[in-house]
Amino acid sequence: MKEKEALKIVEDRLNAGKEPLKILDDAQRAMEIVGQRFADSQYFIPDLVYSGEILKEITDMVKPKLAKAAEVKRVGKVVIGTVAGDIHDIGKDIVVFMLDVNGFEVYDLGVDVPAQKFVDKIKESGAPIVGLSGFLALAYDSMKQTVEAIKDAGLRNKVKVMIGGGQITEEVKKYTGADAYGKDAMVGVSLAKKWSGAG
Amino acid sequence: MLIPSFAPAFYSGLTPHDVMYDYDKIKVAWKKFFIDFQPDTHGGCEVPSPGRFLDILDFKLYKWPGHGVSPETTYQCIEGEYMKADEYDALIQDPFYFLSFTWASRIFGALEPLQTIPHRASIFEMYGVSFPFIPYGTPPVQAAYRALLEAGNEAVKWIGVINSFSKEMPELGFPAHQAGPTKAPFDVIGDTLRGTRGIMLDMYRQPDKLLQAMEAMTPIMIQTGVGMAKQAGNPLIFMPLHKGADGFLSDEQYKKFYWPTLRKVIMGLIDEGVVPLLWAEGGYNSRLEVIRDLPKGKTAWLFDLTDMAKAKKALDGIACVMGNMPMDLLTVGTPQDAKEHAKKLIDTCGKGGGYIMANGAFFDEVKWENLKTIVDFTKEYGVYK
Repeated sequence: MKEKEALKIVEDRLNAGKEPLKILDDAQRAMEIVGQRFADSQYFIPDLVYSGEILKEITDMVKPKLAKAAEVKRVGKVVIGTVAGDIHDIGKDIVVFMLDVNGFEVYDLGVDVPAQKFVDKIKESGAPIVGLSGFLALAYDSMKQTVEAIKDAGLRNKVKVMIGGGQITEEVKKYTGADAYGKDAMVGVSLAKKWSGAG
Repeated sequence: MLIPSFAPAFYSGLTPHDVMYDYDKIKVAWKKFFIDFQPDTHGGCEVPSPGRFLDILDFKLYKWPGHGVSPETTYQCIEGEYMKADEYDALIQDPFYFLSFTWASRIFGALEPLQTIPHRASIFEMYGVSFPFIPYGTPPVQAAYRALLEAGNEAVKWIGVINSFSKEMPELGFPAHQAGPTKAPFDVIGDTLRGTRGIMLDMYRQPDKLLQAMEAMTPIMIQTGVGMAKQAGNPLIFMPLHKGADGFLSDEQYKKFYWPTLRKVIMGLIDEGVVPLLWAEGGYNSRLEVIRDLPKGKTAWLFDLTDMAKAKKALDGIACVMGNMPMDLLTVGTPQDAKEHAKKLIDTCGKGGGYIMANGAFFDEVKWENLKTIVDFTKEYGVYK
């Protein structure tokens, strides 16, 4: 990845009066390549972090040149957050970022999110996909309680639930009542694509 | 070996808040835990840091029970850039000053005034002898030092309990399996100085500075480990490994940024007679070939989610392997699942010796029945016949 070169190209294209949206489209395509390389184990977390930083810099350069806020075509909606009692956010933030660059409208509820807040956001947004993140083992119970709260609100058959985090396995998936677990961010993206019919 | 986080508190029906604010409860709960479960060793009872100490100094690096997280929840780190991207030279040139004053003034709210203490103020003769001491006469610095004295008193109260536990346990038949921790230089900088995002950007934007800073931290991490081993009279020093796990770095990144200074710390400890006990948190499958490059019989490796057949094969004749009793089994599995996994571990890793049964990750509340089953089964099945 070449940060300086990438920013120079963006600057040159903006100076040449090129369509700003086209630049963002190209950056988006670059991020798809990054995601693919991550899925193929050619790229790792530092590469995701660095590409995300470059993307942010490009967006900051291009945005002021846009006539109005760009209407990005969204392929689906996802409500996501780190479950109650757990404040770890690095893994969750990577998933949010990868979902976003893959075209999803992401409602990020942050960390230590009570079950009811997930339920409220699902109702409000109508999102059919929910992502629950957690690093601590206490998150197993918070995830289970969140899935139950979704069920109690009569929403369980309207949403698919995916979980993820350092100590999440197939066994934990069964315990929590989630539909699937992802071992990394790109698995999360694949699940979301499959469930939204965007894959 | 059982290496709990707050499990002993939960086992005794106490919250993490209870034991962080009432130090006597730590000893009672931890003692009960080890006596009831009967592992072969104890690992100290330092997990609950003294809550009052943290309050006095206004510790910013973590949220702890009753202070940002609920009383029933364990403490959790708040990542941030406690060292800025342009401060590598300051760290490299004088790690002691940087950590004790600059960094400390950021991670402890009460010590913020310490940033006004001059760096490298020198006293050479009568003329100017009092200049470096002027900041100590200002009200903010004096308040910071009063907080330090108060915090020191609290730390002394706490360590009294910890020491009495450590003295009593061997008499009850539980030797200590560690004297204290040190860390890999990459984790020191990535965990609590620059943060994950910070260090990962530095790998691209200023790799040479990052490498130099890790070199500068290497002797400090060796001295930290050696000092604790000598003080405790126990050669085992724990090294929890974080950001070199599978997926965190590519092979190349691991070999360039993570392993060289970790290896130097390990070798420095070994040279001083210390036995590093490396705790590879997460998966370490992709690192097994690299970590073989160590002298025979000088280290132990505790694995969390690594494929143990591969780990045993890679380290056979080089290091003792430990761990891999997984969190999901302890928490949501049945005693039968736990027993089957323990049997598999002993069959796979026990051949020819060199395996210690242990949990793979720090644990809090688990199914106690599963824990007991594992210890009992290991004592019965994991013997040399």
